[in-house]
Amino acid sequence: MNQPTNYSLKQTIVAVAFILTAALTYSCQSNPATETLPILGEREAVERQVNGKTIVDTVYHQIPDFSFVDQDSQLVTQETVAGKVYVTDFFFTTCPSICPKMKSQMLRVYEAYKDNPNVVLLSHTIDPKHDTVAVLKEYAERLNVETDKWHFVTGDRDSIYDMAMQYFVGAQEDKGVEGGFSHSGHFMLIDQNRHIRGKYEGTEQADVDRLIEDMKVLLKEQQHEKK
Amino acid sequence: MRKSRFTTIVFGATALLTLTQCFTNKQNQGQKLYAQHCQSCHMEDGSGLRGLIPPIANADYLQTHRNELACLIRNGADGPMVVNGIEYNKAMPGVPTLREDEITNLLNYIQTNFGNKNKRYTFPEVEVMLEDCPVEHKRD
Repeated sequence: MNQPTNYSLKQTIVAVAFILTAALTYSCQSNPATETLPILGEREAVERQVNGKTIVDTVYHQIPDFSFVDQDSQLVTQETVAGKVYVTDFFFTTCPSICPKMKSQMLRVYEAYKDNPNVVLLSHTIDPKHDTVAVLKEYAERLNVETDKWHFVTGDRDSIYDMAMQYFVGAQEDKGVEGGFSHSGHFMLIDQNRHIRGKYEGTEQADVDRLIEDMKVLLKEQQHEKK
Repeated sequence: MRKSRFTTIVFGATALLTLTQCFTNKQNQGQKLYAQHCQSCHMEDGSGLRGLIPPIANADYLQTHRNELACLIRNGADGPMVVNGIEYNKAMPGVPTLREDEITNLLNYIQTNFGNKNKRYTFPEVEVMLEDCPVEHKRD
């Protein structure tokens, strides 16, 4: 009487263990492949007529064309980042508050992806009057980073502030704060179609860890699309 | 007799409490001042920023320029500076509002943390250093 019950209990345990292992293995393998990042910003439904039928397309917020100059006096435009994943932020070289922390964190992103040709970093100065090409050049050289990988750009003041708005980054001149400018310390992750895919606190190590992980997801997505 | 003893105990306890409170605050003052005035550039771990902002952690400069640091904190610094063999050239804003005792605590915090095991400063020592500050501090 005892024997069969024991046997079936053992069987049950084995079966449950098997199912659990299978489920775990399956979920572990499938999760990274199906993981995607959201597209941030407003979206619009646009209707169009195809063969008499109405088709609704979703139009996502896209970063418009831009034109700035980097530390090597090279023009940096939407062409520079075409087909690439890029991370962007807004700062100024004389910033006494959050910028050094942002730059030390961006340096981690740089080190993680400096050998990946599909990644670019784009830092905009919000103080173009002071941060000329020469100033940015010295800044980048002292930081010991490659121009092709990490562009420090300057340009027309209004264009820079307009672009900050496009990236959802707050930036403004403010005589009341230390350094004369106030801006948010966000890092924005942009995909190869110039859609915003992530927003990160550039001063928080844990959030920058998340960015570095998210970039892997985005690069994988890019590979799939190419195939 | 009994009443006076009671009063003595109460007074003694109060004095002791106040004193400990005092010491606790003083001990943390250097750390607090660092967080408030230095950390955003020199980082929580004193590592600075590669090529741009010199480190505080294990910095030879703290020993080689020991006597200039008090004025540096109060008045800031400008011009090139070599720390651990690397040249930096970025202006550092000073904190002119810091009192002598605050600068002493801040210096002692820096000299004994971030991997530094350097000699502490006494308050009179820092006072003397601050009397001789160059009007505009330039490093050579």
